[in-house]
Amino acid sequence: MNVHEYQAKQLMKEFDINVLEGAIAKTSAEAVDVAKKLGGNVWVVKAQIHAGGRGKGGGVKLAKSLDEVEKYAKEIIGMTLVTHQTGPEGKKVNQVLIESGCDIEHEYYAGIVLDRAKGRITFMASAEGGVNIEEVAEKTPEKIIKVSIDPSVGFTPFIGRKLGYGIGLEGETLKKATKFFNSLYQLYVSKDCSVAEINPLVTTKTGDVIALDAKLNFDENALFRHPDIEAMRDPTEESPSELEASKYGLSYISLDGNIGCLVNGAGLAMGTMDIIKLHGGEPANFLDVGGGATKETVEKAFSLILEDEKVKAILVNIFGGIMKCDIIAEGIIAAAKSLELKVPLIVRLEGTNVGLGKKILSESGLAITAANDLGDAAIKAVSAAKGEA
Amino acid sequence: MSILVNRDTRLITIGVTGKQGTFHTLQSRDYGTNVVGGVTPGKGGMVHEGIPVYNSTYKAVQETEANVAMVFVPPKFAADSILECIDSEVPLIIAITEGIPINDMVRVKAALNDSNSRLIGPNCPGIITPGECKIGIMPGHIHMPGRVGVISRSGTLTYEAVYQLTQRDIGQSTCVGIGGDPVNGTNFIDCLELFEADADTDAVIMIGEIGGNAEADAAKWIKENMNKPVVSFIAGASAPAGKRMGHAGALISGGDDTAEAKFKILEECGVTIVRSPAELGEKMMSVL
Repeated sequence: MNVHEYQAKQLMKEFDINVLEGAIAKTSAEAVDVAKKLGGNVWVVKAQIHAGGRGKGGGVKLAKSLDEVEKYAKEIIGMTLVTHQTGPEGKKVNQVLIESGCDIEHEYYAGIVLDRAKGRITFMASAEGGVNIEEVAEKTPEKIIKVSIDPSVGFTPFIGRKLGYGIGLEGETLKKATKFFNSLYQLYVSKDCSVAEINPLVTTKTGDVIALDAKLNFDENALFRHPDIEAMRDPTEESPSELEASKYGLSYISLDGNIGCLVNGAGLAMGTMDIIKLHGGEPANFLDVGGGATKETVEKAFSLILEDEKVKAILVNIFGGIMKCDIIAEGIIAAAKSLELKVPLIVRLEGTNVGLGKKILSESGLAITAANDLGDAAIKAVSAAKGEA
Repeated sequence: MSILVNRDTRLITIGVTGKQGTFHTLQSRDYGTNVVGGVTPGKGGMVHEGIPVYNSTYKAVQETEANVAMVFVPPKFAADSILECIDSEVPLIIAITEGIPINDMVRVKAALNDSNSRLIGPNCPGIITPGECKIGIMPGHIHMPGRVGVISRSGTLTYEAVYQLTQRDIGQSTCVGIGGDPVNGTNFIDCLELFEADADTDAVIMIGEIGGNAEADAAKWIKENMNKPVVSFIAGASAPAGKRMGHAGALISGGDDTAEAKFKILEECGVTIVRSPAELGEKMMSVL
């Protein structure tokens, strides 16, 4: 789960991590009020959306007067911001963060991620801050200092020194950076982050170490123990259909094609999309009904697929393990009746209780195209979507 | 022969009295697995569906001499159950549970490194040696004893591969689901190593997904160490970047972890790839 920069910074404050003073504004008048309260003569107006690259897209502006604060806030609030992470359709900006300016001496990078190969958390820092870190990693990997952290030991002072000296810090600044890194690690672990990235992390002419930007992602699986994080969820940043699906334990992602897919298991769901594409079709969605699906969740899955008006055919591909084929069959029938299914439906069932499932479907009197195997199912779905069947 | 589980396996289920735990333990027993006990704290002493229940894994292992534990505990408590299995020195732990917090698994992984236990999963269908022992949620009847090993990050895609093999009269030595989470106990290379050393496995099907470097690492390992043919499919060629495709681990984040990049390195390392999951069985026939 993603949160906004201002929410990430609130959390960081709780962990004694230095951030700039600031507050959120939903209108240009509010923005001016915030700037007045902050005082000073330089402010930064920052679009709050769940995507990086906001500066390049025109979503971050430096204001040198209250008039400029008003002008930039007016420009940014309500704009559709397109960055390399939003996709071409962009994202609408609903609010801006107004922050005091600061005298930057140097921009660094600090990040904590999971090293999947080791099954450990890795802390990274670089003197190449403020730029795309993926590029640094690719072109000059030696400029990124990495420390793998043993979870049973945690963060110890040497880790801070290794990172700090590694990126060229010394003296008081090094001490402050070490404290900063330690606090960021404590935040990452105690709030179950999946990514914590500070880019840039800056040193100022007054000797401070400050997080100028902040990106925190959280492990969805761990949200049950963090109601405070769950409360930060911004539904306007999430697809309504994906959100609706998650309420029913369905994993749904909307795509651009016209063949609706209802599959059990994430791997098979991806495999089904892949094979549709190989046969010249385009999947309309990824949908994993999971292992614990009931008649009701299958019905819900159908209604989600059918809400997408692009859908010209539906392919159901179930290989029952936990999932029993008869339950899927009952869900299909209930959905077909209550939703007055008008597009062709291709069903491939295999696995636990397959005989019973097939029997229920064939006795239902519904117009269902049965498929013998995965390849057959894909071919039939692709031709049905093209109106050939 | 086979790898990891066989006729001598003595299974206990952690979370045996739960609905899913009960159903799949009985399915495994019906298949022929020797289920010797179960664990549910607070229910020790009862006999559930003919299975003696213990309050702790330690006690269960002591009383039953179990050598494999299947974990069916809800995600909130699953990591603790796995740690309890490690503490009880269970040689093989199969964690079926989906949705365990990543940081919990980071701690479990650290505990595993210094232990006498091997973990398979979590978020996996389990493991089966056809005709001998089934531990997990896979439908037993689609399998057939034989000489092809199967390793996969996905549950249902494994069934798909197995079904295609069985339809072509190609049996399986052992099928292992290593799970769809970013941090798991046993990886592709661990299983490939076991299959390479197993005198009764002739070839291996390896099914990967987008996300992470596990398949690329496996490809390099195969090139250096493996003499048996490997057929591989990577799911997610049609997946958009930056979206978590159901599995916590199935997320394209860098660019090296796309299906295309993985197909490429597998091919370079001498692995036979299929771009359609419907061709796994056919392709295996051609390499045998």
